[in-house]
Amino acid sequence: MAEPAPMWTVLVLPIVLGGLALFAASLNGVLTAVASGRRATLAEWAEPLRASARLLVRQRRTTFRADVVLRRVGIAGIVVAALLASVPTPLGGVAVADLPVGVVWFNAMEILLWALVWLTGWGGNSAFSLVGGYRFLAQALAYELPLMFALTAPPLAADSLRVGAIVQAQQDVWFALWMPLAFLVYLIGIVGVAFWGPLSPPAAADVAGGVTAELSGADRLVFLAGRYLMLAAGAAFAVPLFLGGGQGPLLPAWLWSLLKMAAVLAVLVWLRRFSLVRAERLMSWGWLVLLPVVLLQVLVVGVVVLLRG
Amino acid sequence: MWEVIAFWVLAVLAVASGIAVFRVDSMARATFLLLASFLFVAGEMLVLELHYLGALTVLMMTAEMAIMAVFMIMFMMNPAGLEPMEMVHNKRGALVISVAVFVALTAAALVVPWPERAAPHPSDATHQLGEAIMRDKMLVMMVVGVGLFATMVAATLLATARGRYGEHAAPSRPEPSPHAHAHHHHAGGDR
Repeated sequence: MAEPAPMWTVLVLPIVLGGLALFAASLNGVLTAVASGRRATLAEWAEPLRASARLLVRQRRTTFRADVVLRRVGIAGIVVAALLASVPTPLGGVAVADLPVGVVWFNAMEILLWALVWLTGWGGNSAFSLVGGYRFLAQALAYELPLMFALTAPPLAADSLRVGAIVQAQQDVWFALWMPLAFLVYLIGIVGVAFWGPLSPPAAADVAGGVTAELSGADRLVFLAGRYLMLAAGAAFAVPLFLGGGQGPLLPAWLWSLLKMAAVLAVLVWLRRFSLVRAERLMSWGWLVLLPVVLLQVLVVGVVVLLRG
Repeated sequence: MWEVIAFWVLAVLAVASGIAVFRVDSMARATFLLLASFLFVAGEMLVLELHYLGALTVLMMTAEMAIMAVFMIMFMMNPAGLEPMEMVHNKRGALVISVAVFVALTAAALVVPWPERAAPHPSDATHQLGEAIMRDKMLVMMVVGVGLFATMVAATLLATARGRYGEHAAPSRPEPSPHAHAHHHHAGGDR
């Protein structure tokens, strides 16, 4: 697994991740259409592309005395963080870089959103977008620790922080099967990282769109793209971590990876049907339910590893 | 070769953004310039192939500075830099102290006779790091770590009165009023 990845993988990563993000946006549009009684036509699937074109030609709105630098860092940074987070994610057997601490690397890149989302909210010099930024931090405090512990379970079982080794360790049984709670908590954490669905109060309608309130034109496009990219990066990383990477019959490994990534992403997008969770309730659930559950899960994994010798 | 270049570029950027922390007049900018400085240091660690420490520095510092921004802004009169503000007080003293500390630390780093690397680069530096820090006390450290963490969670739990709207919120008991017989409120919960 230690062979250096070819250079072309650097070009493939944005294409694959961008494709997944576009798939998520399209699926979201189709689900909206179906929910409002329309048919899921091809035009509905292509809606994100049309919306992107509209945003690109629209002029950027600026707010009074906005901190433009911080805001731009926040907006563009999310795209960068999502791409960097996916560096150790293998497609089939090939990752851009199978880092020795791939799992910690993903965690570190994903946590950059703490700063970036807040900066986007702060930079606009607008009350609602600032409220959105603070909401993200409040939520992050609730989901981040359970997410971190969920991330420790697969490396514990595989005895390595290297993503390639974690895939190798799942040749007999996928980790999702014997550590389902860690898998579940991981998915909840990713929903939080991308402030998606039930965990989207940072960008909710009750605060006029929160962090997205003052974003328009290209700014809005880049920010929303970054959010879908982050959701896609989280879904993609679940595949080597819990779903056996590219393992599967008949089809080539890269196709299996892609199919599994799309499936996980579809489930995450579908979660939008659940209603918003308030930050303080999420805090209760996060620390009273998710955290003990995931600690027990890690304990079980630890005992199994010890018994297996 | 590129490692040397990357090392120096990151080093200069780290120091420069550290200095910039005290040149800006916005609390938010100061906080995130400090974070930038830490991230450049994390980059140094990655260049030196200390992958685990590098990633951990990014992880810890980002979360920490994001939370710190909340508190710094909460306690500052002019967080956004919309009014003139100085980041430095007692300018001369502060300058003397910081220059002295910088020179002392740099001198120490340059003067100390660092040992030459005897063994080849380890295949798993993270594993070696854990061994070096904890040796055979690894199990004890792990158990103590989880124990401490559980204690912190439990203590926070016990100390926290639930929010106003929490599902399991214990409704505050109404003050026993002299007209207690007139109204009897039953507010939601049963605790």
